[in-house]
Amino acid sequence: MAIINSQPLPSRPAPVNNSGLIFWLRSNFFSSPLNTVLTAVCLYGLWQVLPGLVDWFFLSATWAIYGPEGNASEITNQTVAACKEAGGACWSLISVKHRFMLFGFYPQDEQWRPMVTCFLLVGMMMASGIRRFWHPVFLLVWLATLVVSFVLMAGGLFGLTEVPTSKWGGLPLTLGMAVLSVAFSLPFGILLALGRRSEMNFIRTLCICYIELIRAVPLISILFMASFLLPLFMPEDLTINKLLRAQIGIILFASAYMAEVIRGGLQAIPKGQYEAADAMGLTYWQATRKIILPQALKISIPPIVSTIIGTFKDSSLVVIIGLFDVLNTVRIAFSADPPWTPFYMESYFVGAAVFFIFCFGMSHYSQWLEKQLDTGHKA
Amino acid sequence: MINNSLAGGHAGRSTGRFWHDPAVRSLLIQASAFLIIAATAYYLVSNLVINLNARNIPIGLNFLSERAGFDIGDTAIAYTANDTYGRALIVGVLNTLKVSLIAIALATVIGVIVGIARLSQNFLVKNITRIYVEYMRNVPLLLQLFFWYALLTKALPGARDALNPAAGVFLSNRGLFLPTLETNTDFYYLMAGLFVGLAAAVFWAVRTKGIQKNSGRQLPVLLPVLGLLGIGGLLGWLLGPQNIVVDMPALKGFNFKGGIEITTEFLCLLLGLVTYTSAFIAENVRSGILSVNKGQHEAASSLGLSPARSQRLIILPQALRVIIPPTTSQYMNVIKNSSLGVAIGYPDLVSVAGTSLNQTGQAVECISLIMLVYLFTSLSTSLFMNWYNARVALAER
Repeated sequence: MAIINSQPLPSRPAPVNNSGLIFWLRSNFFSSPLNTVLTAVCLYGLWQVLPGLVDWFFLSATWAIYGPEGNASEITNQTVAACKEAGGACWSLISVKHRFMLFGFYPQDEQWRPMVTCFLLVGMMMASGIRRFWHPVFLLVWLATLVVSFVLMAGGLFGLTEVPTSKWGGLPLTLGMAVLSVAFSLPFGILLALGRRSEMNFIRTLCICYIELIRAVPLISILFMASFLLPLFMPEDLTINKLLRAQIGIILFASAYMAEVIRGGLQAIPKGQYEAADAMGLTYWQATRKIILPQALKISIPPIVSTIIGTFKDSSLVVIIGLFDVLNTVRIAFSADPPWTPFYMESYFVGAAVFFIFCFGMSHYSQWLEKQLDTGHKA
Repeated sequence: MINNSLAGGHAGRSTGRFWHDPAVRSLLIQASAFLIIAATAYYLVSNLVINLNARNIPIGLNFLSERAGFDIGDTAIAYTANDTYGRALIVGVLNTLKVSLIAIALATVIGVIVGIARLSQNFLVKNITRIYVEYMRNVPLLLQLFFWYALLTKALPGARDALNPAAGVFLSNRGLFLPTLETNTDFYYLMAGLFVGLAAAVFWAVRTKGIQKNSGRQLPVLLPVLGLLGIGGLLGWLLGPQNIVVDMPALKGFNFKGGIEITTEFLCLLLGLVTYTSAFIAENVRSGILSVNKGQHEAASSLGLSPARSQRLIILPQALRVIIPPTTSQYMNVIKNSSLGVAIGYPDLVSVAGTSLNQTGQAVECISLIMLVYLFTSLSTSLFMNWYNARVALAER
């Protein structure tokens, strides 16, 4: 028996609108009673905070410098007065003190040198992110950059006046320390990671002890060690520069973390790769260099970048042993000059912005890279 | 290939010199590494002895029993400048532990909330928490501590015009003052009563779990537990002399006296550690929840579990396995990062040891003590968390 409809079926209701502004609002703000409440709470919070913030940040902010040119104390007085009058953020602090914030106590007339150094280092950091440049020759370019940067900063050659490291400060110091830390801690970390997986008991124990000891203690204690103990362990007539001591401390610290990250990569290499390399008759170093490390390092790139970000942030701790990195220069910019002391927010904002830009950039680059390098046979 | 069965019979590839045997070679390498390290250590230590002699600094821990002579602003146990260096260092260790433990607890709570909020469908919640996490993770902790310190010391009023949000609570640039109970006999009765109530509550909670496991019957937990605690406290109070005295902070001279004093430095370090660490924990929580297969959500809801219960019974236990290992290292980071308190004047171990170092010149001893204490705390934290991790780990056949 057949059922035949003589009438057409009634048409279905149109689908609920799932595009457009209304849908977006509904699904993002009012999809459930809880969500509606959350939206209300958030909106109320923003309503309370945002207008004041925008007013402080933009509307009542002061940018200009007031006062007669060349008269520093009069400029300070009039500008600070203008800032207090306006009641908002005193960005004039940056206008007045940006050179100190960026370059610390480096002699005013020579400040083009740290500036060029900064451009060089940032340029090279950005170029290092381009995969086309990942080539051994690029390491030589880096080496040249470091030498040029050092000569530029220190002077004493090619008619540049000599500037002692105690005068170095600000952004070039922070960037330089970060770059050198990575340059040394990466190879050192690779060696430690290989040592930790070595079959030689003594070497393995040594590496494990080093890595675990360093990772268990805070960086400050390592920096204290570098600044107080290192001179005691050296012959009497040998004095090591304070900056160099701090740099050694950071490198010792960062390599332990680097080693653990690389060990993770090494552990992810299937055993068959080692066995195949052995079967080909490769020596340990040949197998490590040509088979194991290229794969292990590729896997570890994202965590290596995180470690680099951590080292970059940690380098700010040199403030505690009295070096003038960006954090210290922005701090001194307001705190060492009594009229400016009320404007600590503006100063720290500059410091935070510098660190944020570099760290945020690196972390998003590493996420992007992770997707690029994902060749799909992870398991 | 004739002469290849020397020294242990390993199949050497070539002429068969003794260093071509892997076992011999590895022994040689290790022996030379040992020699190099021993020689370096000898060189360094002999330099050290010469240097210390030249500076007239004795070696050893004798200085620990000498008079310290400096004050500590925030002490968990009784301490005055007349006490020894040893006691000062113990105060430092306790301060480190105090701020770290509280920070860990608070950061975990906030981190879990923020981590879940990061996954919210709500546009505002999602993005506000995202900005929070990105800011906290990308700005050095030290800068944040400096900022909080400047804010708390400069933006808050002085003790005379302290903010007074609730009766007995005073917030000024000298710190936070809270009312507390005076420690008299009745206080101990109350505490004893609460303790008995707590024991009964724990017993009830364990018991109900057993009953549910055996019979599937679910008994209420939350109300009885609260009730038992309340009854315990009430009983303790009734049995005692019923003489509870609230110790209210009051302004005397330039600062408050009485109540609990929470110093600005402590508040600052706590604030910094909690906000910074919670962002990292939030990311761990988020990735943990994301790691649970979507099928698990679907299976849970097709079994008829409500979203809240499927979250609690199905998703979270599985997410925990991914969350715990990285969170362990965050906990250890909190303990290590608390050493940054030295920059804002919080008297933690590093700060006290640093002061002792400057006064006595015993650099080797002071820095070794710092490292030993941190080594010990880090190792015990990691042991505890490994134990906990093993408990929640996937029980495979």
